Amino acid sequence: MPIPLLFEIARGRSADHLPATERPEEEIARSIPGKFRREGPLPIPEVAELDLARHVERLAKRNHYIEKDIYPLGSCTMKYNPKVHEKVAADGRIAALHPLLPEKHVQGALGLLVELEESLTAITGMDGFTLQPAAGAHGEFTAMKMIDAFYRKKGERRIKVITPDSAHGTNPASVRRVGFEAVEVKSNERGELSIRRLEEVADESTAALMLTLPNTLGLFETQLSRIMEIMHGVGAQVYLDGANMNALLGLIRPGDVGFDVMHCNVHKTFATPHGGGGPGAGPVGVKEHLLPFLPSPRPERREGGFRWGGASLDSIGPVHSFWGNFGVLLKAYAYIRHLGAAGLVEVQRHAVLNANYLRKRIEKEYPVPYERRAMHEFVSSALRFRSAGVHGADIGKRLLDFGFYAPTIAFPLIVKEALMIEPTETESLETIDRFADALLEIAREIAEEPETVRSAPHTTAIRRVNESLASRKPVLRWTGAAPPRWTSPPLVV
Amino acid sequence: MNIPEDRQYTREHEWILVDDGIATIGVTDFAQSELGDIVFIELPDVGDVMSADDTVATIEAVKTVADLFTPFPGKVVEVNERLAEDPDLVNRDPYGEGWIVRIEVDGEGEVGDLLEAAEYNSLVEEEGAD
Repeated sequence: MPIPLLFEIARGRSADHLPATERPEEEIARSIPGKFRREGPLPIPEVAELDLARHVERLAKRNHYIEKDIYPLGSCTMKYNPKVHEKVAADGRIAALHPLLPEKHVQGALGLLVELEESLTAITGMDGFTLQPAAGAHGEFTAMKMIDAFYRKKGERRIKVITPDSAHGTNPASVRRVGFEAVEVKSNERGELSIRRLEEVADESTAALMLTLPNTLGLFETQLSRIMEIMHGVGAQVYLDGANMNALLGLIRPGDVGFDVMHCNVHKTFATPHGGGGPGAGPVGVKEHLLPFLPSPRPERREGGFRWGGASLDSIGPVHSFWGNFGVLLKAYAYIRHLGAAGLVEVQRHAVLNANYLRKRIEKEYPVPYERRAMHEFVSSALRFRSAGVHGADIGKRLLDFGFYAPTIAFPLIVKEALMIEPTETESLETIDRFADALLEIAREIAEEPETVRSAPHTTAIRRVNESLASRKPVLRWTGAAPPRWTSPPLVV
Repeated sequence: MNIPEDRQYTREHEWILVDDGIATIGVTDFAQSELGDIVFIELPDVGDVMSADDTVATIEAVKTVADLFTPFPGKVVEVNERLAEDPDLVNRDPYGEGWIVRIEVDGEGEVGDLLEAAEYNSLVEEEGAD
């Protein structure tokens, strides 16, 4: 049964209990210029606090979340993040800080940013970081702006950026946003960037190559040093889309293997639960030659404390107001300090071990087209079930009946009927086994009773939705019931 | 798989039907079944001048987005306005009412390397076997 909207349960009760004003309301209203005074009530529903709490609880119960069970949404790293980091970020002494407070009052917060930059620099082997970008794609944009500024300063005209077909979809979009031309290079039969095709397109007009590592198939590029030779040979930059950093922590440092610039998604790799639209943070790290182009201002150490530094003349300027998404950065800092270097290495080992264990357990039924050891995630194909009229999306929906979330489906596009699975580093052996058992059971169902899978889900509050209709004829405004009864009549003076 | 013999094809799973210098372009039955339910098609403006391999339309399906390319240079002379209301015409009748654009082929332009129905059929069989 559908859950009623707040508009539908509003009955003139309110969760708001403001004290009475000392002055008459008319007098207060008169102090506001007429043109700014609202003539009617705000068109928002109001309910009692208990009704509100129950409403939110009802919605939460129908949702899927990591505390409920595994969330194997490939590419997204939907892992469990220790609650202590949320607690730290919610601490009033930090959460209530105002970004305009004088430096001397926020030394701790400034120091935290500086130390986080230093930690990310140490983890990645880059030479400096900006913490400003609000998420991964914003980080890509920031990096492309810096690369553009770098070549302008050098007086070189470079117009194209190479993006492999296994790149994240945001890569070519960021490239175009900055004014470069995105040139796609296809993967080879091993699921890696094709060296032959890369050599064909890389030339003196190339500004950069954007490489996701591990790529979206969950594979490490084994020709990495050759890729670096080719790109640096034509004077171009190599950018790492570090969205999959959980596969690299403590294993390689991107700065040591030739990357010139990178972003990492701290909300994936370093402890902010993500999904549902944020917030995130996408710090960008650069090697020395790009340092002058970093966004300004940057927090810096000075004798006896911290301060905001001045802008370098070559800086691309701010890309976010004030401090960036400070709460997310704070959680990243807490996570890094909490786990320490040894703990971060364990994160990487478990991410890779879990993905490969799961891959091995299901690969007979869900073959992996690029059959190599995966990193932190892998892409299976459900193509063999097409003859039974079952698609990847049906398997995803059937998994909901088992109480699990679905893998990413239909992406990356280079695998037909892709099921992109990332168990993440935080799942136990027992949980991964339960998930694998469910997938094997679904394969049996497809063989013996495919309709059960084709018509799934059967146990969720909302059954199969008509996705095509929802896209073709979207209902964007609620027009359902009678207008709510308002708490008080409009205040007219 | 339905592959009519009265027209030519591209490796990008488009069909081309040239009549008196006007090329009608659409996507094949194979393409529409791979894309799944199509929900929106971004069409060019009539009068737009295209170079070979330019993107003339963008096809949005529930799970993915694909570009429609023109294999030769020319000017857009007509677009299928009905697709604005009924993008699923492409799913239901890809070779007929689901046509997408009509382009006046540039007289000087090479019509390029198009496939005949039989050649396209073997391409589809190859890809389908992946």
